[in-house]
Amino acid sequence: MAGFDKTNNTPPRWLLAELTYACPLQCPYCSNPLDYAKYPSELSTEDWMRVLTQARKMGAVQLGFSGGEPLTRKDLTELVRHARQLGYYSNLITSGYGLTEEKIVQLKEAGLDHIQVSIQASTQELNDHIAGTASYVHKKEVAHLVKKHGYPMVLCVVIHRENIHQMQDILEMAEELGADYLELANTQYYGWAHANRDLLLPTREQFEEAERIAQAYKEKVAGKMKIYYVVPDYYEDRPKACMNGWGTTFLTIAPDGVALPCHSARELPGLDCPNVKDLSIEEIWHDSKAFNFFRGQEWMKEPCRSCDEKHKDFGGCRCQAYLLTGDMYNTDPVCSKSPNHQVIDAAIASAAAVALAPNEKPLLFRNSKNSREFM
Amino acid sequence: MTIQPDKIISFSPTHRLQWEEAQQKNVILYPEGMVELNTSSAEILKLCDGTRTLDQLINELEQKFATTGLSNDINAFLEVALHNGWIRQN
Repeated sequence: MAGFDKTNNTPPRWLLAELTYACPLQCPYCSNPLDYAKYPSELSTEDWMRVLTQARKMGAVQLGFSGGEPLTRKDLTELVRHARQLGYYSNLITSGYGLTEEKIVQLKEAGLDHIQVSIQASTQELNDHIAGTASYVHKKEVAHLVKKHGYPMVLCVVIHRENIHQMQDILEMAEELGADYLELANTQYYGWAHANRDLLLPTREQFEEAERIAQAYKEKVAGKMKIYYVVPDYYEDRPKACMNGWGTTFLTIAPDGVALPCHSARELPGLDCPNVKDLSIEEIWHDSKAFNFFRGQEWMKEPCRSCDEKHKDFGGCRCQAYLLTGDMYNTDPVCSKSPNHQVIDAAIASAAAVALAPNEKPLLFRNSKNSREFM
Repeated sequence: MTIQPDKIISFSPTHRLQWEEAQQKNVILYPEGMVELNTSSAEILKLCDGTRTLDQLINELEQKFATTGLSNDINAFLEVALHNGWIRQN
C-alpha cells in the first residue's frame, strides 16, 4: 500500500498473456470474467510485442499464451517468435480446438516450448457436453500430434462433480496419450465456476476418493508422468498462497490491455487496474495503485494480522474474500480461522442439496449470449 | 535411478537450460516451472550435451577447476538431475 518501497519489489517472473476472450468452447467453469463480453477490444500485435519486450527486460521468463482460445489470434506465431528471441519459455494454453499439424509445426519452428491441451472428461459424451462443443476426438488427435512433434505434453483436466467419478479413467487416458505432465485442476470457484457452483462442487467424500486414486497413480507412473494436483481449497483448512503473494511474481495482461495482479482481479472494486496502452510494464509493476494494493502485510485485518502463518499464505485469495464475504480485505473464508468460514460450509451444503434434488437446474455455459446477461 | 557409466549423458530435449540476466544465474525451464541453479550445478549440466560419459564429464570438470575428488558430488547431483528428468541416457 502507500509508502511501500519499490526497491523491495521482486520483479515479475510469470507473464500470462490473455490474448483474447474469444473461444469456441463454452466450459461452465471458465476463469474469464462473467461479463467478458463487455471487453471486446483486443490489443494490437505491436502492443503485445512491446509488452513482451518490457516484461522480459524486468525478468519475466515464463510466458503463458492463454485466453479464451489463443489460437484464434492470427498473430500467434509472430508473438511466439518474438517471445523466443527474447528468451522466454513459452507455454501455449489451449483447448486444442482448431489446432492442425501444420500449425503445430509452424509454432515449433517459431520457438514455442510447450503446449498444454485441456480435455474435459475421459469420455466423448461428457467431454463434448462440458465443452459445449464436439471436440473430444480432435483433442485426442492434437495430444498425439503435440507428442509427435517433440513438445513436452501437458494434459489439463479441470475436476468437478460431473467428472470426478472418472478419476481413474482420466489418469489412464493421460498415460495412454503419453502425457509428460497431467494437471488435475480441481475447479476454483470464481467467475463462471462460482455461478455454477451448486452444480460443480463435489462432496468431501468424492474429493477424498479422487485424491486417493490420483496419489496412488502418482507412484505408479513416477519417473514417467508427473501429476500436478491443484487442491480444492473449499476442503482445506488453510487458504492457498494465492499468486505467491500479490505483486511478487505474476503479471496477467487481459485481452484489452488491462494489467492484473491475478487473472480475477478485475472483479475487485477500486483497484483502477492500469492499461498497457497508457503505461509501461515497469511503471505498472512498481507504481500503479493496483499492483501495490495488497503488497506486503499492512493491509491485513484480523485474524491474519496476528497470525503466525501469514508469511505462508498471505491471507489467501483477495478475490475469494471479496466474492464470498463482500470485503476484499477479509481473511480468505476457506481458512478455518476466518470468522466468515460458515459461508464455505453453507456452499458445500447448498451444492449437496442441489445434487440430491430431483430436478437439477441446467449449467450456465460460458458464451457471449450468457455473458451479456452480466453486463 | 543411477547413472550408467558406459552411456552418454544428454540434456533433456523438453527442458531448457539458460542464463537469466535479471537473476544473475542459470535456470532450468520446463512447462510452467523453473529451477534456479547454483554455479557448480550449472557447470555440470552444461557438459551434459550428448558428447560425454560420466567419467569424461568428471575428468573435464576436475581439469577445469584444477582439483580432484569431485566424483561423488557430481554423481550424486546427476542422479538428482536424472530423477527430475533434466538429463537422460541412451
